[in-house]
Amino acid sequence: MNELSQKLIDRYQKGFPLSSRPYLTMADELGVTETQVLESLAEMKSEKIITRVGPVFDHRKAGASTLVAMSVPQEQLNKVAEKVNSFAGVNHNYAREHHYNLWFVVTAKNQKMLEQTIVEIENATGYSSMPLPMERSFHIDLGFKIDWEKNKCHN
Amino acid sequence: MSQLGLNAQLSSSQQEILKLAIQDGLPLTSQPYQTIAMALGVAEESVIATLQDWNDSGLIKRFGLVVNHRRVGYRANAMVVWDVPDETIEHIAGHFTRAEEVTLCYQRPRMLPKWRYNLFCMIHGMDRGTVLGQIASLVERHQLEHIPRDILFSYKQFKQCGGQFAGSALPAGVSLG
Repeated sequence: MNELSQKLIDRYQKGFPLSSRPYLTMADELGVTETQVLESLAEMKSEKIITRVGPVFDHRKAGASTLVAMSVPQEQLNKVAEKVNSFAGVNHNYAREHHYNLWFVVTAKNQKMLEQTIVEIENATGYSSMPLPMERSFHIDLGFKIDWEKNKCHN
Repeated sequence: MSQLGLNAQLSSSQQEILKLAIQDGLPLTSQPYQTIAMALGVAEESVIATLQDWNDSGLIKRFGLVVNHRRVGYRANAMVVWDVPDETIEHIAGHFTRAEEVTLCYQRPRMLPKWRYNLFCMIHGMDRGTVLGQIASLVERHQLEHIPRDILFSYKQFKQCGGQFAGSALPAGVSLG
C-alpha cells in the first residue's frame, strides 16, 4: 500500500470533511491533488482495503440492533451462516471459537421488527439464538489505529 | 424539495432516503454531496447540513474510511468477555476504554445459566500470539486475574458491512450511478 493510502487511513477514519469538495479538502491537507485522493480511495475500495467512505451510524439511535450468538454443529456452520447472511439486517457475521460459534449483529427499524427478524432467522436456520443487546457503550468508535511499521510485510 | 431556500431542511421522508443513499458510502466524485443531492432532487447544502446535524447529534458515530482490518494485516480478532461484578463494571470498563489495544467495550446482559459474561471488549492484532499477549498484559496491568473471562477468536468472517437499514430500499429512480 502506498504512503498516501496509509495517510488517508490514518487521518480519515473519522472527521471526513463536510465541505462541498471533501476530497479536495483532504488533498490540500495532505499536500496532494484531489485526483490523487480519489484514485487512492478507488484503488483501496477495489482491493477491499476499505469497504466504503461514509458515515457509520449508531444503530441504537437509527433504530434497533443487537448482537446475537448461536450454537451450531460445526459441519452445519457454513450453511447456517449463509442463511443468516441472507437477511438484509444482518452484518458482522463471524465464526468464533466457542460453544457459541456464530456471532452476528442484527439491525432493524425498531425493537418489534428486530425481534421479528430474530424469530425469522431462527425459523430459517432451525437453531435457537441468544440475543445479547448492548446495554451500555464504554467506548467511542474512533476507527482503528494501524501500526504500519509492524505491518510492512503486507501490501 | 423546492428551489426556494437552499438551506431548507429535509423532510423526514427525505432524510430516510438520504440515509439509504449513503449507507453504502459516498460516491467518489469531486462533489459527492452534490451527486447525492441531485439524485434525491434536493439542494447540496441541505444534504451537508443534514449530515452535520446527524454528526452533532451522535446518530453518525464517525464519518470516514471504513477499513477492512483483515486486508491491512490485522488478521486476529478476539472478543474478550468478562464476568464482572455489577458494582465494579464502570471501574473495569474504564481501564479498557483507556487501553489502546481495545477497540470497543460494551456491557451486555448475562443469560444465566448459559451465559455468565456481562462485559465485552474487542481486540484486533496482526496474529493470535500478539492478541493473546495484549490480553495478558491488560490482565496484568489492571490486576484482573480474578475476573472470570473467556477469549473468543474469530476464525471466519461471513459478513462485514456497515449496518444496513433493514427492510428498506431506495425508491425507484434514485440512484447514485
